Amino acid sequence: MAIEAPTRVYTPAELMVTAAAREIGDGEAVFVGMRLPLLGFQLAKSTHAPRAIGVYELGIIRNTPAPEPILTMGDLPNLCRAQWLADTVEVMSVLQRGDVDVSFIGGAQVDRFGNLNTSYIGGIAPGAIETRLPGSGGACDLASLAGRHIIIMTHEKRRFVPRVDYITSPGYGDGAGWRRRVGLTGGGPAAVITTLGVLRFDPDTGEMVLASVHPGVTVEQVLASTGWPLRVAAQVTQTPEPTAEALAILRRLDPQGFWTGHRAT
Amino acid sequence: MPTTKLVSLRQAIAQFIPDGSTVVIGAGLESCIPFAAGHEIIRQRKRDLTLVGPISDILFDQLIGAGCVRAVRAAWVGNVITGSGYSFRRAVEGGRIEVEDHSNLTLALGLRAGAMGVPFLPTRTALGSDLFSTNLSLKTVTCPFTAERLTAVAAIVPDVAILHVQRADAEGDAHLWGNFGVAREAALASRHVIICTEEIVAPEVINRDPNRVVTPGFRVSAVVHAPWGAHPSPVPGHYNRDHEMFLSYQRESQTPEEFAAWQARWVDEVRNRDDYLTLLGQERTASLALKHHALSEAVDYGY
Repeated sequence: MAIEAPTRVYTPAELMVTAAAREIGDGEAVFVGMRLPLLGFQLAKSTHAPRAIGVYELGIIRNTPAPEPILTMGDLPNLCRAQWLADTVEVMSVLQRGDVDVSFIGGAQVDRFGNLNTSYIGGIAPGAIETRLPGSGGACDLASLAGRHIIIMTHEKRRFVPRVDYITSPGYGDGAGWRRRVGLTGGGPAAVITTLGVLRFDPDTGEMVLASVHPGVTVEQVLASTGWPLRVAAQVTQTPEPTAEALAILRRLDPQGFWTGHRAT
Repeated sequence: MPTTKLVSLRQAIAQFIPDGSTVVIGAGLESCIPFAAGHEIIRQRKRDLTLVGPISDILFDQLIGAGCVRAVRAAWVGNVITGSGYSFRRAVEGGRIEVEDHSNLTLALGLRAGAMGVPFLPTRTALGSDLFSTNLSLKTVTCPFTAERLTAVAAIVPDVAILHVQRADAEGDAHLWGNFGVAREAALASRHVIICTEEIVAPEVINRDPNRVVTPGFRVSAVVHAPWGAHPSPVPGHYNRDHEMFLSYQRESQTPEEFAAWQARWVDEVRNRDDYLTLLGQERTASLALKHHALSEAVDYGY
């Protein structure tokens, strides 16, 4: 595949948010995680998925976009004229009984079966902990219970490892059949959106497969940034660029570029 | 004659948070976090506390940095809009605090089990995860009816819950609105409840709208008048989130020395919340005020 340079000026985060938004179908219930997913949900809601419902772990359900830009889900505009303000247990119950179609989570370390670590780098034994990360938050719940979940993260060899040091949020475990065996009812990871491309999962083996590369990125680059021999789809495509409309909306949602890194010129 | 539970913040913390207490603080996850109470805990040099809360934004990091904490039972500890909390990282990596790793749902269910007076509650979350290896409050069980494999979450019964609310009367009947997080479970599960409130109001203001009561006053041990007591977290109906405070904390807490300077400036050299607000400045507080009001309709509780 020829390397195609980006044709429009946008930041890597803007491309990732746009890719995340495309994973949301109209009318779906979306469990919205921290950071980039906040923007992805609002972008989808403002474009192709106006009937999507947003569910937030703080105890918020919204069927309209927040009336003003927000940096985090607890910002007061995200509470104003919500569809429901409730307890964390109640919104997690909506998730657990199977009413959430798709969720989004970020990660620090991921493996070939989509298991995600946001807790301990190194190990858990005293002296073995190299880096303590913030932990699960709601991520373990979203990965366990949502109809499907989308992982968003930076693509680096030290983050894409054969086996994560600690499973904070379960993917497909050690492969096909594992989720059913341990009792998980959620569907598992559907995609990993990274700084280099989009990866999906082989339904037969639960293994990650490169599906598309971002404009200007080569398959070789992705392979070199992955810590195991990554499988590549027969037809690798190019991740679609954000449209001018999507960029305009994102810059309205995040005017300072806090999450997208966009700086007005 | 109704009894008043109204006390100063200093007295509430001195009386109800002895060293070694297990304390829920930050039950709203991002909103209504009792920062004023947390800072008073630091000023009183409380030690060996166990902190309980799903996500308490930077307050857990501050209490850990100040040396008040022996253990944390939490789903996430850090700075919501920037990521890692440096004091937490250092303390865990240095083996100085214990962590019981929860998810938001398991932490919430632990408190709900405590609130319900049962030893555990079942859930389908976390199966196959490594939370089980760093959290002895989670076990797998087989459902006696369906034979399904489930996660059992042990009840959490804290000594004290500190909740920040919009308004309360002197007996502890309190109104909270916005997202609840785990506030209602925390209040019902804990042996003592300390209510920190933006406003003290007459009992009629509370009992004219009993659906909005977060916990009945008979379970409340102390009521503290604490205007701006949740800053920099947001309080619906009162003030917005002070993002700049979270960003500056990230910049000013990266090393133990930086944290010590932060603590001296914002906690130790501040005697009370009035001093704190003076330090913050009127321009800053004015910028956080609500710019758009959105009132609900009144409802009729008549008969």
